[in-house]
Amino acid sequence: MATIYIDNKPYEVKAGKNLLEACLSLGLDLPYFCYHPAMGSIGACRQCAVKVYRDENDTKGKLFMSCMEQVRDNMRVSIADMEAREFRAHVIGWLMTNHPHDCAVCDEGGSCHLQDMTVMTGHNYRAYRFDKRTYINQYLGPFLNHEMNRCIQCYRCVRYYKDYAGGKDLDVFAAHNHLYFGRAEDGVLESEFSGNLAEVCPTGVFTDKTLKQHYTRKWDLTMAPSVCHHCSVGCNTIAGERYGTLRNITNRYNGEVNGYFLCDRGRFGYEFVNSAARVRKPLVRSQLPEASDKYTALKAASSAIKAGRVIGIGSPRASLESNYVLKKLVGEDNFHHGVSDVDHDLVEMALHILKEGSARTPSLQEVEKADSVFILGEDLTNTAPMLALAVRQSVRQQPLLEQVSKANIPVWQDAAVRELVQTEKGPLFIAHYTTSKLDELATQTYFDTPDAIARLGFAVANFIHPDSPEVHGLTEEELGLAQQIANALLAAHNPLVISGTSSGNERILKAAANIANALAAREKSAVISLVVPECNSMGLAMLGGHKLESAFEAVLNGYADTVIILENDLYRRASAATVTEFLDSCKQILVLDHLHHATTEKANILLPAAPFSEADGTLVNNEGRAQRFFQVYPTPEEIQESWHWLAELGTIMADEQISNWQGYDDLVKSMAEEIPALRGVKKNAPSSDFRVAGQRIPRAPHRFSGRTAMHAGFNVSEPKPPTDPDSPLSYTMEGYRGQPPSSMIPFFWAPGWNSVQATNKYQQEVGGHLKGGDPGVRLIEPAGTAAYSLAVPQKFVPLGGHLYMLPLHHIFGSEELSNQSPPIMGRIPAPYVAINTADAIRMKLDEGDLLSFSIEGQAYQLPVKTSHTIPSGTAGLPNGLPGVPFAELPAWAILNRDIKWKQQPQTTF
Amino acid sequence: MFSLLRSMWLTFLHAFHKRETILYPEEKPILPIRWRGRIVLTRDPDGGERCVACNLCAAACPVDCIALQATEDETGRRYPDFFRINFSRCIFCGYCEDACPTYAIQLIPDFEMGEYNRQHLVYEKKDLLINSEGKYPGYNYYKVAGMAIGGKGKGEAENEAPPVDIKSLIP
Repeated sequence: MATIYIDNKPYEVKAGKNLLEACLSLGLDLPYFCYHPAMGSIGACRQCAVKVYRDENDTKGKLFMSCMEQVRDNMRVSIADMEAREFRAHVIGWLMTNHPHDCAVCDEGGSCHLQDMTVMTGHNYRAYRFDKRTYINQYLGPFLNHEMNRCIQCYRCVRYYKDYAGGKDLDVFAAHNHLYFGRAEDGVLESEFSGNLAEVCPTGVFTDKTLKQHYTRKWDLTMAPSVCHHCSVGCNTIAGERYGTLRNITNRYNGEVNGYFLCDRGRFGYEFVNSAARVRKPLVRSQLPEASDKYTALKAASSAIKAGRVIGIGSPRASLESNYVLKKLVGEDNFHHGVSDVDHDLVEMALHILKEGSARTPSLQEVEKADSVFILGEDLTNTAPMLALAVRQSVRQQPLLEQVSKANIPVWQDAAVRELVQTEKGPLFIAHYTTSKLDELATQTYFDTPDAIARLGFAVANFIHPDSPEVHGLTEEELGLAQQIANALLAAHNPLVISGTSSGNERILKAAANIANALAAREKSAVISLVVPECNSMGLAMLGGHKLESAFEAVLNGYADTVIILENDLYRRASAATVTEFLDSCKQILVLDHLHHATTEKANILLPAAPFSEADGTLVNNEGRAQRFFQVYPTPEEIQESWHWLAELGTIMADEQISNWQGYDDLVKSMAEEIPALRGVKKNAPSSDFRVAGQRIPRAPHRFSGRTAMHAGFNVSEPKPPTDPDSPLSYTMEGYRGQPPSSMIPFFWAPGWNSVQATNKYQQEVGGHLKGGDPGVRLIEPAGTAAYSLAVPQKFVPLGGHLYMLPLHHIFGSEELSNQSPPIMGRIPAPYVAINTADAIRMKLDEGDLLSFSIEGQAYQLPVKTSHTIPSGTAGLPNGLPGVPFAELPAWAILNRDIKWKQQPQTTF
Repeated sequence: MFSLLRSMWLTFLHAFHKRETILYPEEKPILPIRWRGRIVLTRDPDGGERCVACNLCAAACPVDCIALQATEDETGRRYPDFFRINFSRCIFCGYCEDACPTYAIQLIPDFEMGEYNRQHLVYEKKDLLINSEGKYPGYNYYKVAGMAIGGKGKGEAENEAPPVDIKSLIP
């Protein structure tokens, strides 16, 4: 700690920070542009000038850029000094000379850092009367809009895009006062994290193009804290609504999870909520018209359930509550997981590893601090994008720890640190069967079949701790690599093992667990991060339930005849023939979902479930962190959360426990009491009767406009404002004006700070945890009881006439919900099958030729993409892509054209 | 007694004064141009809609009686998709006119808006948009804004330099 005097008042601040950070952490207002807590300072914008005095007798002082100045004990600083204030006002004046008169038509207006800072410095009138500089804009793809005239040359965009997120195609061009931030030529921004530019840019150069389609000012949005539903990482988001449609997704800072950033799937995948394919009315197929009201549907549903023997199929993309109520309604024995059997087993195993293993699972924040990483069988950029971004930061850890601390440079001195580190990277090893964007950072990459990856993993574990089983038959090279990885992990302070379910191989998970356990046995503070398929896969596994296969058997064997399918398209979970046979054998099919798809087509009764923005619920991410998401806007009575529908059905059926629930709180309480693993869920967010000073937390900012006109088109008599029985938030702007508890921050705003930069007012220290602790409750702590797995796989042997199909994942295309979002649709690749280049030559196939094969009776004919990394004898099939029918991967595909394997020398174990 | 007679006399004299009341509606009052009456949306000198749907009027409105939605034409020119004023709530304070950066929304000296049915006091864009520049002739927002729209490319607005040739190395 150090004592500094700001305008003659003493403050206690953390030593080693820069002055700007310290001032902001103290809650003082000091304007800045180029500094960003996640990216450090470079002193480019000259905006954060303060007076620094030599000692208490110094009255003159010197102007310093506070972001470049380290805090010293007994430092004397003045923010309010006249000269410093004039300097800051002048800097803004100069920045504004070329800034256009665009605010009225600019998407950033109302949440603009430049507006805020201009007001803060008091630069009210422009003195500059000459010509303004203009630029030609670029087309940057479906996500971002480019308006280069507005640029103030703070360099944040390139520092974020290139230095932080590792993008290659955004840069600064030209010279002197003609700087241009953009691409070399028009085109789609390649990075998966490009959407963050809209938040990183302090003004309106990069803005959200999807928001532009239905533009709303930040002050007019009804916002609620939400959690991203598009992968298992569970990033915190803010969803904004106006006039009944979802308008945008912005980042909700969580110091433990996503920090300041989101991936593009999470940011732009929301538009499925506004899609025409939404189920908006309950349908009862046996009557005409099919669309009916809530009560007819409930009546039909309850009589169907009463008449039949019911089983329930849950969903990894539905909330914990919905799955729990379904389980309650159909009974424990009749509750099945609506996931493919491979996924079911793998997620169960992942949960087992996290619960029984010796290594804990890290938050994304901890991943960033890991100084040695080994990734087994995961293409993180496509399966858990934000984890990939965190790994990108982690490779900087070792040079930071070693060189930078030696050179006595503070880590926030970004330019100096990058100059010193250059391209040096810490150890990162990737073993996978396909290339990934992280390969460029890797110390070593290893491309082979999943079994070979698992064998390498087991070998590494064996090198770390001899109790882990030995692997026989490895080549010299593989042994060398295993030794190198083992040494790197052992040498690190915070070694990290990343694996997951996406390659569909349980041996890889076991190998990863062995490595983590071996490191723990060597008394390293090792952590293991496992990626699971969907947003609530982990929650569903913790809830428990049977396989999907047994649900099929139950109906086909006549044990059951009625099925309740919760938010699930079964055609994405099992082969089409099986699902059709199953659904055709059911007497009554009750489906709850928010989008129409192949399964809802078959439903006898279809109930419109609320998607994430219209529902309250809890998700458990891959780290075992339960996170609450809140309903953003009220819905008509026909659209309600699945748990709400099911609880109403339970009440009609006079289920003893369900009919005693008075609301959401009772449901959560009952779940937490019944399932010991989920006990923490109760502490996730305050209960619905929570009030601050007797008031609710408003979802809308106090500037919210148009309340007496927005409904006047239908009826001039204004309806009573809707109330929210499930949470302490109100749907209007009325309520408590101060900062709410960290678990339910609907938007970041502070007086004078309208932009997202207001986040710093909600943090304990800038870039640190939120005040009152980061939201989310971790449910899993390792018990350390697991023994080493002995299941070392055999070497992979190719099979004549067959290809071993491995799943390939795509950030845009592999996830069901985001695929329905128009901007994402534009980025989904065309269906293909990836095969090894040598195999392609042997099969006389060129790039783009059609390859026909079948998996478990499902026929495929797909254009070929050749790849050097897909191992010979295997092929990659994109997972979940529209136009690629489901197959449970990995699986053997029978080729319609024979390959001559005999020509290849085979080595068998 | 005297004061009583004096008062009666003065009252009697008023019978010969010029009348302050007028026989509305046969006779129309003459209102100053800045009188705050009915709200209209005006057009720019080129006949285009002046409103760029910036939402500032709605934010300034103390009774929140303005609701609108921005949209864009294919050339990037922004305009309101719908623009609704609930005159049964409006207090004619004129804050919307003050807030408007484009002189689009104006209060004009017309107060004859009475309706029997309150629903008829809800004005949509077709009721608000007039074919005139209103009180502020000559102003065209897009001529000073940096955005390119149909008929005005980058660098063609007032006080704008032609677009930068970023490949040029000349200082």
